[in-house]
Amino acid sequence: MVSAADLSAAVGAVRLANPVMPASGTFGFGAEAARLYDITKLGGVVMKGVTTLPRLGNPLPRVTDCPAGMLNAVGLENPGIDNALKNELPALASMYNGPIIANVCGFTVDEYAALAARFDESDAVAALEINISCPNVSHGGMAFGTDCRAAADVTRAVRRSSRKPVWIKLSPNVTDIAQIARACEAEGADALCLINTLLGMRIDLRTRRPILGNTFGGLSGPCALPVAIRMVWQVYEAVTIPIVGMGGIASARDVMEMALAGASAVEIGTAGLVDPTALIDIIDELPGVISSMGYNSYAALVGAAH
Amino acid sequence: MRQSIYIIMDNYPVARDVYRLRLDGPTDALTHAGQFANIRIDGMYLRRPFSIVDWDSGGFVILYKIVGEGTRKLSNIPIGRTLDVMLGLGNGFDMTVSRAPLLIGGGVGVPPLYALAKRFAVNNITPTALLGFASKYDIILADELRGLGCKVIVTLETDGQRVTDRLDEAAADRDFYYACGPEGMLRAVKRQCPLPGQLSLETRMACGVGLCRGCTRETLAGGKRICVDGPVFNKEALAW
Repeated sequence: MVSAADLSAAVGAVRLANPVMPASGTFGFGAEAARLYDITKLGGVVMKGVTTLPRLGNPLPRVTDCPAGMLNAVGLENPGIDNALKNELPALASMYNGPIIANVCGFTVDEYAALAARFDESDAVAALEINISCPNVSHGGMAFGTDCRAAADVTRAVRRSSRKPVWIKLSPNVTDIAQIARACEAEGADALCLINTLLGMRIDLRTRRPILGNTFGGLSGPCALPVAIRMVWQVYEAVTIPIVGMGGIASARDVMEMALAGASAVEIGTAGLVDPTALIDIIDELPGVISSMGYNSYAALVGAAH
Repeated sequence: MRQSIYIIMDNYPVARDVYRLRLDGPTDALTHAGQFANIRIDGMYLRRPFSIVDWDSGGFVILYKIVGEGTRKLSNIPIGRTLDVMLGLGNGFDMTVSRAPLLIGGGVGVPPLYALAKRFAVNNITPTALLGFASKYDIILADELRGLGCKVIVTLETDGQRVTDRLDEAAADRDFYYACGPEGMLRAVKRQCPLPGQLSLETRMACGVGLCRGCTRETLAGGKRICVDGPVFNKEALAW
């Protein structure tokens, strides 16, 4: 009998039972997902992005779609760092024993550093995912992820303020993602997560006005996969630190493609919003797909296309 | 919530651009009038949310208006085909607070109020229904509500009349209102009707189960997700 393929994955020092994590912003803080499926099967979890103060987010409508994806302009709705540390994180840690990644979003370099230091207080946090790529807020967010110097400044500040592994979440809305990736690596990033959503918009033919309350939104879903694969490939060529790949993954075969491009682990978001059990179904299918490709472990596939 | 595959038993027009769709399959997840279904339509990426107009042990019914590409595609799917549905979403109306309910509906906001009226009728409570439509070609469910014994008042924009013009008359002997319709109508009703009440809101949604925060709107109790904290809200909660 052939033994099942080994799904274990590693993003630097962070060990995952399998490479699949829910992407930030599609999993809340776990309570809703736990009502839909067994979240303990997830390789890791990434919390909703947290800011210093609570945020209500953008005006409605916040979502719309296209044939192979969706746009969102949620705008970082979250309960703020105090509430996240006091209530959401302990609640999540009581339901889930694997690595919990805290997603952090600031509006100044100092705010990123201060938030990272706050999460250092919690043993429940395995790593920080620093969101310098949110397209849906007017200051901060993506502004830091589209400029090499700003990305470097945030990475350096967070690296100094926290002992946790620092993962930087990159924006695809740039001319040369490899340059940004190298800037983050040079300042001590432990891993890079990509891609965040692609900036887009749609217009309602009836009202002749933008559909989204925020006018622009972030495009995600299957239509984003080829862009994500290309950028993971480029970043893998440019840096030596591990990559967490995301963007349009909707099947175990997509996970394989992301691994071949260079992803040490993956995040899946939009697919789970349409099919609530998508992440679990993909985890269940992975061993068979890995074996069918002639491999015996996920790790052996990482970067194998280069 | 239950996600399952349902078979289309009926899909035909009942008013201008409004279709009646019956889907057979498990309905155990439906517990309250005012809950909704999130339905996957071939060719559209996100599911589309629809309120439930009626259900029994074998299936459920929605009435939907063609307003865009998704609902147009839905109207073209023939009987016998199947749809992937998440059913029993949202909180629904609280029936325990009224003995003499007033239902206030506008356009395709009327369907969940029919579900509510039918369940009140089972308890020998007969609601009054105040319904507003754009024109006589858009009227839905008025006869069905009369069939339940409801007093039904219909206003038409083509007659220059809105539901708020008949609100005093409709509310006279009532103790609570339940409203669903365009936001402009809901705001006007909340402003004018002194009765306590509940209002059902709508917006574009993605997951429908509280994951994505794509449907959060501000209330006096902070940001609330229309999909899981609503779609029904007490009037005191709304910051209008």
